[in-house]
Amino acid sequence: MRWIWIDKFLEFKSGESAVAVKNVTLAEEHVHDYVPGYPIHPECLMIEGMAQTAGILVGEARNFSEKVILAKVSRAAFFDVVRPGDTIKFHAQLESISGEAAGTTGKITCEDKVVAEIDMMFSHIDRNLAGKRFPEENFVFTDTFDALISGFRNQKAAETGK
Amino acid sequence: MTMTREQVLSKIQEVLVDALGVDDDDVTPDATLMSDLGAESIDFLDIVFRLEKAFGIRIPREELFPTESLMNNKEFIQNGKLTSKGLDEMRKLMPHTDLSKFAKDPDINKIGDLFTVSALVNYVETKLKNAA
Repeated sequence: MRWIWIDKFLEFKSGESAVAVKNVTLAEEHVHDYVPGYPIHPECLMIEGMAQTAGILVGEARNFSEKVILAKVSRAAFFDVVRPGDTIKFHAQLESISGEAAGTTGKITCEDKVVAEIDMMFSHIDRNLAGKRFPEENFVFTDTFDALISGFRNQKAAETGK
Repeated sequence: MTMTREQVLSKIQEVLVDALGVDDDDVTPDATLMSDLGAESIDFLDIVFRLEKAFGIRIPREELFPTESLMNNKEFIQNGKLTSKGLDEMRKLMPHTDLSKFAKDPDINKIGDLFTVSALVNYVETKLKNAA
């Protein structure tokens, strides 16, 4: 199993917003293990899905030159459960970004219903943690994440001619 | 329209309630961000973002919480305390903060206590005044 909790991006507006989708299926073991006998997609993995959606949005805004890590879940409110067969959408909005960090707001929808609202802070770790040094390669944005937005990157390249 | 100090305070209270998940009642003018309200380093960046949005101002790095440049200069710190040169520099960098009590025992471990709610109000008031 890969630690990736979104299936693909539906929209990607550089430096502004992104929408990713996840299909929840009965074949996934975690839906059975969270509450035995009551298969649902756990809230903590929805937070991870939002962190991946918003984190990629933050990383792309600086052309993946920063190592972006989730630093704080400012707010997480859940209004409904997500069951196998549901398709959920992660809508992330980049609210603020500086050299050191970024703030995002987001909601998760299932059809037209809002099932969660999640706001986050991300840290550019090379510029924080009191000068602590990390490996040079960007270990946050691996090929798996890169593949998720490659379609949008090609589209951007076609638009800008670069 | 110019905001009164009470209006600035009220907006800052909202910002801190949202950023730190504390109760309104805890956000008194004398409350310290770290000791009383439990702020950690990432929260300071969150607070800066929220203040920028709430008041429509730009807050440059190190202007509101400028301790990094002080801490990294050996001339300003000796035996865990700020030197008189360090205190002078701090007065220059943090005009929005009341340093009178701190100056009597400028222990660097107490720097966190300088970041109070009323210091934030002072800072924002000055920024708004300069922007007007």
